[in-house]
Amino acid sequence: MAKITMREAISQALMEEMDRDPAVFILGEEVGVWGGTYAVTKGFYDKYGAARVKDTPIAENAIIGAAIGAAMVGQRPIAELMTINFAFSAMDYIVNQAAKLHYMFGGQFMLPMVIRAVGGGGRQLGATHSQTPDAIFAHFPGLKVVSPGTPEDAKGLLKSAIRSNDPILFIEHATMYQIRGEVPEGEYTIPIGKSKIQREGKDLTIVTYCKGLELSMKAADELAKEGIQAEIVDLRTLRPLDMEPVLESFKKTNRAIVVEEGWKSYGVGSEIVSRIYEEAFDYVDAPILRVAQKEVPLPYNRTLEQAALPQVPDIVAAAKEVLK
Amino acid sequence: MKKEQLLDLYYQMVLIRRVEERGAELYQAGKIGGFMHLYIGQEAVSTGLIAAREPRDRVITAYRDHGVALNCGISSNEVMAELLGKATGMSKGKGGSMHMADTSKNMWGGHAIVGGHLPVASGLALGDQYAGNDNVTICMFGDGATNIGYFHEALNLAKTWGLRVLWVCENNQYGMGTAVERASAVTEIRQKAEGYGMKNGQADGMDVIKVYDAARDAIEYVRKEGQPYLLEVDTYRFRGHSMGDPERYRKAEEVKQWQENDPIGIFNKYLLDKKTATRKQLDEIEARVEEEVVKAVEFAEASPEPAMEDLFKDIYADN
Repeated sequence: MAKITMREAISQALMEEMDRDPAVFILGEEVGVWGGTYAVTKGFYDKYGAARVKDTPIAENAIIGAAIGAAMVGQRPIAELMTINFAFSAMDYIVNQAAKLHYMFGGQFMLPMVIRAVGGGGRQLGATHSQTPDAIFAHFPGLKVVSPGTPEDAKGLLKSAIRSNDPILFIEHATMYQIRGEVPEGEYTIPIGKSKIQREGKDLTIVTYCKGLELSMKAADELAKEGIQAEIVDLRTLRPLDMEPVLESFKKTNRAIVVEEGWKSYGVGSEIVSRIYEEAFDYVDAPILRVAQKEVPLPYNRTLEQAALPQVPDIVAAAKEVLK
Repeated sequence: MKKEQLLDLYYQMVLIRRVEERGAELYQAGKIGGFMHLYIGQEAVSTGLIAAREPRDRVITAYRDHGVALNCGISSNEVMAELLGKATGMSKGKGGSMHMADTSKNMWGGHAIVGGHLPVASGLALGDQYAGNDNVTICMFGDGATNIGYFHEALNLAKTWGLRVLWVCENNQYGMGTAVERASAVTEIRQKAEGYGMKNGQADGMDVIKVYDAARDAIEYVRKEGQPYLLEVDTYRFRGHSMGDPERYRKAEEVKQWQENDPIGIFNKYLLDKKTATRKQLDEIEARVEEEVVKAVEFAEASPEPAMEDLFKDIYADN
């Protein structure tokens, strides 16, 4: 096992798949000459050239629309959105085109495409560049939404996403490119639509994904010091949602919290809690709590921004609350 | 064009007209649901245009797509079945009037969001450019679609990247009920191509021969030069925007004036004047179409509804 950063993991996945399949190409704002605004595609332009690493105008409809068209005729485009906040500009393409075309034409078109988008707060980018709107996109049947929390998962899931014949929104977190983790040597993929137990425990279940995983792992360390063993289920894919490991864990612990960075209202946590109540009501020993972003547009000021985002102490407190 | 080809164009135009007339009746009878936008009056545009393509050239259009589907070679049976929402429609009854496509005929839809398919057209052409071939993508849209941002993003990308797209604006004078001059800063749509340094032209959309000639030249340019081209075609829809249109925005005299320029009438006269066909031959074509449309309706009505389990089919390509 090698220890690499999230950035390296994503970069390796892209490069390996581009080497493996000539139909794979990248398009987006500043992906080429610049090397990617988060430096994920650094060196790609020199290695693969302008035809496979395409700098686009700042025009999200053109980027996602063109990716859809190219995918319809059999190429495997990877469209990069500089931030997921710009996905709102291309909402029509993601929701009305990508998520619909396969079904609406009776299965005639395949859309083997990936939209890579960077989300999340914590970098003082202000209200319009810091959002975590994952739940919105997970709302639509026809789209798949993947959001990894470790370098190992990021690499394996992105490779699967590129090989998939469905449109996939792959959400990365802006503050996680430097986190390090072990990844297997050599070729591997991780299936889309499978949740995973990232840490075993018997006292309560923490359901989370992406940035929430990083925070929850730290919270679990804190809880362990007090003798509380938290089990962490990482969703990894928001649609299609794999509830099995969640329910299995919950039936063991009978107590759970859900941790997400997005807003609490109508969020991922709302969905998970409902599902647990619907499918495992008899196992509920305490109300299931949600740890999420405060219901405000994220402010620029660092102190205020951090106060709005979910933090490790919030998770620890919620965990203790459900264990009362 | 050879005589057989000319007569085939005539057959296609009459077929579109009759399929849609029957479609309108079935709609009124409650057998067709949702929105339905008729192409009646505009038949010369897609007929001339698609006659000028090679089979490898792709066609993509908006929601006024029945005629385009027929011109691309999709059978009247399938068109009628899709209108009735039957399993035998080309989109298996899941698309309806606005979503007709058949990739084997290089017909890439039928798209219902105004302007939404324009960047997708750039993408189809990008796929071909990436594959290294010189296929042309023919993208049809109305004048109304040229006022939305998608149009501008798509044209800019096509010109910047040298994508082989023939943009065809069917200027039928109204975006829904709003006249061109009330919605667009310039009424001559082709001028919008100038802003992107894109070559452009204009054709009379009521004359199938003129559309064909303009399209052939434009397609040749796009293929040879590896550059997009915008062709504006002036035309008129004789019916309302969709089936539920009270038509308060135009005068009956205006509609009547255009109807005197009926594209089928013009072509009928052309074929007789040039002695390409006799009246009898044209009557025979019309009778053949009548029979075909009767059979198409029978086929559609006798076709099965989609199965309940199809509700959950084709949401994703991978399981």
